[in-house]
Amino acid sequence: MDRRKSLKVLVLGTVSSGLMLDACKTADKKTVLKKAPESSEKKHPGLMKEEVKQLQEVNAYTFFTPHEMQTITVLGDIIIPKDDVSGSASDAKVPDFIEFIVKDQPEHQVPMRGGLHWLDMQCLNRYQKAFADCNHQQQMEMVDEIAWPKKAKPEMKPGVKFFNLMRNLTATAFYTSEIGVKDVGYVGNTPNQWNGVPDDVLKQYNLAYTPKELKECISF
Amino acid sequence: MGNFQIKVQPKKYDAIIVGSGAGGGMAAYVLANAGLKVCLIEAGPNFNPAVDSKQLQNPWESPRRGASTKYRPFGDFDGCYWGWEIDGEPYTNAKGSDWEWWRARMVGGRTNHWGRISLRFGPKDFKRKSIDGLGDNWPISYDDVKPYYDKIDRLLGVFGTNENLAEAPDGIFLPPPKPRLHELMIKRAATGIGIPVIPSRLSILTKKINDTRGQCFYCAQCGRSCKIFADFSSSSALVLPALATGNVDLVVNAMVREVLTNKDGLATGVSYVNKEDMQEYQVMGRTVILGASACESARLLLNSKSPRHPNGLANSSDVVGKYLHDSTGADMGGIIPELFDRKRYNEDGVGGMHVYTPWWLDNKKLDFPRGYHIEYGGGFGMPLYGFQWGIENLNGTYKVKGKQKEAGGYGASLKEDYRYFFGAHVGMAGRGEAVARRDNYCEIDPDMVDVYGIPVLRFHTKYSDYEIKQAKHMKQTFSEILHAMGAVITWGGDDGPENNYGLHAPGNIIHEAGTIRMGDDPKSSALNKYSQAHDCKNLFNVDGGQFVSQGDKNITWTILALSMRTSEYIVDQLKKNNI
Repeated sequence: MDRRKSLKVLVLGTVSSGLMLDACKTADKKTVLKKAPESSEKKHPGLMKEEVKQLQEVNAYTFFTPHEMQTITVLGDIIIPKDDVSGSASDAKVPDFIEFIVKDQPEHQVPMRGGLHWLDMQCLNRYQKAFADCNHQQQMEMVDEIAWPKKAKPEMKPGVKFFNLMRNLTATAFYTSEIGVKDVGYVGNTPNQWNGVPDDVLKQYNLAYTPKELKECISF
Repeated sequence: MGNFQIKVQPKKYDAIIVGSGAGGGMAAYVLANAGLKVCLIEAGPNFNPAVDSKQLQNPWESPRRGASTKYRPFGDFDGCYWGWEIDGEPYTNAKGSDWEWWRARMVGGRTNHWGRISLRFGPKDFKRKSIDGLGDNWPISYDDVKPYYDKIDRLLGVFGTNENLAEAPDGIFLPPPKPRLHELMIKRAATGIGIPVIPSRLSILTKKINDTRGQCFYCAQCGRSCKIFADFSSSSALVLPALATGNVDLVVNAMVREVLTNKDGLATGVSYVNKEDMQEYQVMGRTVILGASACESARLLLNSKSPRHPNGLANSSDVVGKYLHDSTGADMGGIIPELFDRKRYNEDGVGGMHVYTPWWLDNKKLDFPRGYHIEYGGGFGMPLYGFQWGIENLNGTYKVKGKQKEAGGYGASLKEDYRYFFGAHVGMAGRGEAVARRDNYCEIDPDMVDVYGIPVLRFHTKYSDYEIKQAKHMKQTFSEILHAMGAVITWGGDDGPENNYGLHAPGNIIHEAGTIRMGDDPKSSALNKYSQAHDCKNLFNVDGGQFVSQGDKNITWTILALSMRTSEYIVDQLKKNNI
């Protein structure tokens, strides 16, 4: 039976109203198979209705203020700038991802908002301006106080923790973007025929397939 | 007529099957192909991998880049609906107990996202009590099950090699894929210290076996479920063909509340709640086959009390819910400096390890009674949420392109670090046999019900010294292998007696079994050797509940073999009108 046919026989809804018979009715014994309701199920194939609802709730509001987003953007582009291989965090829309992820994973909200606030207070005390309003040299001076965990002063520890989180979230957002996947060189996720480790790589690491493996494993 | 009533189905089926996973799916397949009329009831919604899988989606196509959620704990692309926590369906643990309970809710159940690891039991796995005096023997032997292992190898497909190992028996295998780079390195190192590494045995089609399922194209995303049906899911390989016979009515989003019985104590059907309209329905059948997963099926029996079954259906032995066991699990991993800055190529392969280590030692010479196998991971994985998280712990420790750097940082130098370390990770996990004990059990919680008004389960589980010592041995072994291959341990290396050597909580490995065990003696077992309830001859169990013990072999392949065997028996008995 071809797949299209077998897909058609799949029941797409609960057996409900079609088989609900009062005791007093004479039964029409034919089973009526109900089709799936025209709803979120069809618009989002493969998603659970609970997932669709959660996405709608998350996307219905904004968490970060414009000032916070500006700070996140500046920090993101310091962490992942444009280089000769690929673009910057902004190019990969990292700030938009960070806005989404703190709503999707609310445990990030306090560390992120608190860290941003801590950072602004540090800059206000040093430069009488919030981080995003400082000049580049001032921003880099501040970042250097919190970007190097093993060298940071003890009183900078909350900043180190915040910058670690920013670095990790920025990298996660960047390297899962189209720009970032290309940069780091992941070339999978495509139908292919796995014929083992390339010969030059085997040679490089002084490895080889055994005669048993060459005989028994699938080759192309 | 009020708004809330029980609606009785007029059609009487030959079999009502509860649960559409491995056991239930196989029962539906066998019975439907034998011409019997089946009602297959599934607690979750529809799922057809061809339509619903997220296979081949790129990381950026998930708004959370593949991060895990309550709905998909294994990650946003994973092919399983629900997991540890289901809205409206709580469970409890007694004080001091730490059971973690996975529940999938979808057509095909957890077989949509499982690891495809398909290991036969060996002869000893059925007779452990005769060997070490612990637990009990199965009432059947490998010889009883072998014909069914052979049949499902052919019907469903599994790759591997015949290695002439008594306890990792030969099968009818499709060719395995060649090992990956890190797997060749593991093999070289482990073999050098006396630990065998052989091709893995996964239910993935490296060759076509029929006209309805495709041939694997090595995207490493079996966990998302396969759109071309090249890996085994009950949804694609059993339920769809069963439906195609025209003999199966599939009811989805239906939570079975109890099994109904008559005054003679025989099963007559089930009562279920339709989750969409929250109304109650009853459907009748000549047999009732439970495949809702070990603990859910036990829960159903315990919630099906009647005058003839005052202790719960099929529970005159009082073992239903008891002897609960799971695979043990402990893991370790690190990085391989030799693999820094390595050449890029498509290394995906299949959705799992290409090699593994079957248990290789003699427990009589060790301080724990049961064995474990080792699963391996590593390579260029698709970047997902959490990619190289914590690089500040790595980039100050190892020279990058010959330069000693300061840990952490930012900028073009940091981008260089991410490229440098990509694909140099390796990990290993042990999956072992726990000893089944009566005092590890689940029971009905005395006062909590779920959102459907069905009493929930309360768990009492604790690992013993047998499992803790096994985990200690796993850690020692992993440490030796990692060291022998020049890897540096970066996680899992600090566990000790204070945390049971990193032994995962019971239930966490998601191979739960034992709660409706089979045996020859109705006083100490709930089922006979055909998975038929001693107390109720037209009631059967086809999931992990029936397992007396579980070897160090992931139980799915044995669930499938036993379900086929039991289903053939049911067909025979129905045709003879014995049940």
